[in-house]
Amino acid sequence: MTTINTRFPPGLTIIALLILAFLALFLVIPVITVFYIAFTDFDGSLTLGHFGAFFHQPLLKEAFYNSLYVAVMSVIFASLIAIPLAYFTVRFRFRGALIIQTLGVLPLIMPPFVGAVALQLIFGRSGTVNLLLQDWFNVSVPVMDGLNGVIFVESLHYFPFILLNLTVALRNIDGAMEEAALNMGAKGWRLFRRVIFPLALPGYVAGASLVFVKVFDDLGTPLVLGITNMLAPQAYLRITQVGLDDPLGYVISVLMIAFSILALWLSARVLKDKDFSTIQKGGNSLQQRTLNKTESLLAYGWIFLVLLLVLSPHIGVLLLSFATVWSYAPLPDGYTLSHYAAVFTHSNDMIINTLLYCSLAAGIDIVLGTAIAYLILRTRLPARRWLDWIASAALAVPGIVLAIGYLRTFRGLEIPGTDTMLTSTWIIIMLAYSVRRLPYALRSCIAALQQINISLEEAAASVGATRRRIIQRVVVPLMAGGILAGFVTSFITAAVELSATIMLVTRDSDAPMSYGIYLYMQSASGRGPGAALGVMAIVVVAIGTYISHLIVERNAMRTRPARTE
Amino acid sequence: MKAKLKQRLKYTFLTLMLASAPSAFAGTVTIITSFPKELTQAYKSAFEKANPDIKLEILNKNTVSGIAYVRETPAGQRPEVFWASAPDAFEVLGAAGMLEKAGDISNPDVPDKIGSFPINDPSGLFLGQALAGYGIMYNTRFLKAKNLAEPKEWHDLLKPEWFGNVGMTSPSRSGTQHLTVETILQGEGWDEGWNTIIRMAGNSSALTERSFGVPDGINNGQFGAGPVIDFFGLSSKFSKFPVEFVYPETTAIVPANIGLISGAKNTEEGKKFIQFALGKEGQALLLKPEISRLPVLPYEKMENIPEGYPDPIKLAERSKVHFDTNLSQKRYYVVQSLFDQTITFRHKELQQATQAILDAEKKLGNNPNDKAKTLLDEAKKLAWSPLITADQALSDEIQAIFQGDKKDVQVSQKISKLQGEWNSQAEANYKKAIELAKQAGNA
Repeated sequence: MTTINTRFPPGLTIIALLILAFLALFLVIPVITVFYIAFTDFDGSLTLGHFGAFFHQPLLKEAFYNSLYVAVMSVIFASLIAIPLAYFTVRFRFRGALIIQTLGVLPLIMPPFVGAVALQLIFGRSGTVNLLLQDWFNVSVPVMDGLNGVIFVESLHYFPFILLNLTVALRNIDGAMEEAALNMGAKGWRLFRRVIFPLALPGYVAGASLVFVKVFDDLGTPLVLGITNMLAPQAYLRITQVGLDDPLGYVISVLMIAFSILALWLSARVLKDKDFSTIQKGGNSLQQRTLNKTESLLAYGWIFLVLLLVLSPHIGVLLLSFATVWSYAPLPDGYTLSHYAAVFTHSNDMIINTLLYCSLAAGIDIVLGTAIAYLILRTRLPARRWLDWIASAALAVPGIVLAIGYLRTFRGLEIPGTDTMLTSTWIIIMLAYSVRRLPYALRSCIAALQQINISLEEAAASVGATRRRIIQRVVVPLMAGGILAGFVTSFITAAVELSATIMLVTRDSDAPMSYGIYLYMQSASGRGPGAALGVMAIVVVAIGTYISHLIVERNAMRTRPARTE
Repeated sequence: MKAKLKQRLKYTFLTLMLASAPSAFAGTVTIITSFPKELTQAYKSAFEKANPDIKLEILNKNTVSGIAYVRETPAGQRPEVFWASAPDAFEVLGAAGMLEKAGDISNPDVPDKIGSFPINDPSGLFLGQALAGYGIMYNTRFLKAKNLAEPKEWHDLLKPEWFGNVGMTSPSRSGTQHLTVETILQGEGWDEGWNTIIRMAGNSSALTERSFGVPDGINNGQFGAGPVIDFFGLSSKFSKFPVEFVYPETTAIVPANIGLISGAKNTEEGKKFIQFALGKEGQALLLKPEISRLPVLPYEKMENIPEGYPDPIKLAERSKVHFDTNLSQKRYYVVQSLFDQTITFRHKELQQATQAILDAEKKLGNNPNDKAKTLLDEAKKLAWSPLITADQALSDEIQAIFQGDKKDVQVSQKISKLQGEWNSQAEANYKKAIELAKQAGNA
């Protein structure tokens, strides 16, 4: 029983409508605008002509295939890294599991476009590795050439998504399944291929589709590596160079959304039909065994190799940020602090901007997230689930598409009371951040509210507290941990977002760090300061990640006894 | 107490909103530019110091995006100053009526011409602010490691030992690369020029997607050498990278320009900035090591020119090329398209053909027999000649196709057809050249 008396409590209804208005204005309408322009002719009639034009342009067709190719190959390589690691953690009892857990976080704290520059210096044609290989064996590996470079950077960055999802899925497999298979004579590779992997497939697909979507939408990495024949860079170039009226930019946007939705839908479908893992709860997990000497040597070897690969962008950026000159040599010539000095004297504004935009965006996110969570779980407003669905749909909208939608929808619109256009202020950047990160904060808030027993609110109500007072004094304080975790997640992911930023930044003084890093990297003497700014971004994200980890842990500890009723 | 805090928060938020709209302040000059942060930062600091009442805002966009931005911003909201390398960008803006005459604020100490090229637009719509030449940038460590001689002229990059060691970009990706290609074409003539360009591309290990990719690749040793605009090379050199930059004889010195955008808010303040950039102080900033551009102000009017700093007036005197802007503009899209269809999109085949020819040459040595020589010459001709002649490029037939309205479906189909023909013709030529070169090697 809840404390609701009417179906439409006026206060909550107004809040729900306000949230709906916000989502409509800053998510639904801009996306619909993009679709509308992609499908209409100049006279407003419906047409598929722009899509025809798209596939008639060899460059765009090539960009389309390249994007697909890069996304698929990145999934494959990320899987090659992640699958053995996930299998090791679940199957074997050994200390490497802890390293693997760390491995799963390290890449995520660095934006891929920052790592790309460093990887060029380490694995590029004349990078550290190739110079040494040439010296020793007279061979070189072209991992950073052209599309290979994008694939390499993206798979190193995003493999944790597969690792984390797959590990959970493997853990959930009922040990009885394995025993049955063993009884029937399946062993070794056959056991893995025919029984264990299919059972873990839903987890794998969830991770893999996420990797696909992220790679498909990424704008920063190809741009930093100088690759423009992919979809996201083409959309960016067309809109900024040909102009906001160019229909092909919108066609690319629609294609990008379509593929995002397709991948997410596919993973949802697979998860729905084939979720064997939770059929039986309480059974044993897969058998764990200890490794013999050779096996553990092999396992540690693989882990060590991956660790080295995963850490190489971090090491590279750090070296570059201290390097005087790094050219055609395995390591920089000398080291200096001057790049950090340059960043602090000239680019203080960017750091402040990042802190300002991201805190405001994350602030909006947790207010909306808490409100939506409350409306869903504690009221009976009709269609309240829609708020959740609409907000979560932001996941399928690439940053660049949202930005294009904003620029077009709010074109020429002046902020009331001033003669400044909305699209030339930082407010639009902040709004884009908050809409794109809302799903993260929302999940966090919903989880937090689900953990609060409703009897606490009923107790408060029974001693005469109004709903407003209950929310203020009971619900929000109890949710605080989850809300905070949501804030931090939104904040750190927004701090390294580039694809919407790069479209929406109009003047240098409004630019956040992510844009600054990109801008610096466009000139010879800017590489050092750019890397220094990159290191600072990594530090911000790392601290944020650690804080959110602490909050979640503490929260789990605090709520655990309460849940055993 | 609480109310007071609320009031204060409200006030803070309001100021934040206002602060986000700096152009609402009187005396803000917004500059739209493609120049890197080191340059804009230096001008911002110096100008704001000299004019404390004016605030400088930088909008960093590449030249083409810059034009699109100005075009799409309604009059009254536009930035004040446009500042970029490519002269054609200013032509476009001028033709669209988006530039205001600025002839009256030019610096009288700046000469009218550099070589045969006018520094300021004759109609006064835009002014030369710096000069730029094109040349070869190379990485000294790379050269030492691979035992390569220092290049001095474009032809040095065509030698067999340079195979796989050059980096280049396409003129369709970079306005400055277009000028380099056009300079070589005008300096050496159409057929000779294309021969140089195609062979240089054949020796290139990659064609980068943007102009900065070439100097960046040379800085970090991905490429040994490549054609770049001088300030990329010089600023890297003066930032202590192990690189050098030389001007070949076939080079053109052309101005990078600055112009006043019409329909801006603070035109008077914008003029002040242009005057500053053209004055003695603004010109001296160009000499900073991390900027390293050539001033338009003659050196006798300036002080403290760094040791070994190139003198544009001398370079222009030495240069063989009399750059013809009209010719360049007339065949602008033809050159771009020909380059992309036969070089950029067929780079792999071109590399293979170049390798086959170089291998055959090496095998045959200095005294090839007649048969081998004929075969090899035929292979070279197929691989390294332009598909159309200089006259064809300017012919009414091809001009009509490229000058047409690209939004017209028929026009765009004609372009696609022509481009497709060039593309497949180039592929066939390269394949045939490989075959002939192999035969020559065995003859």
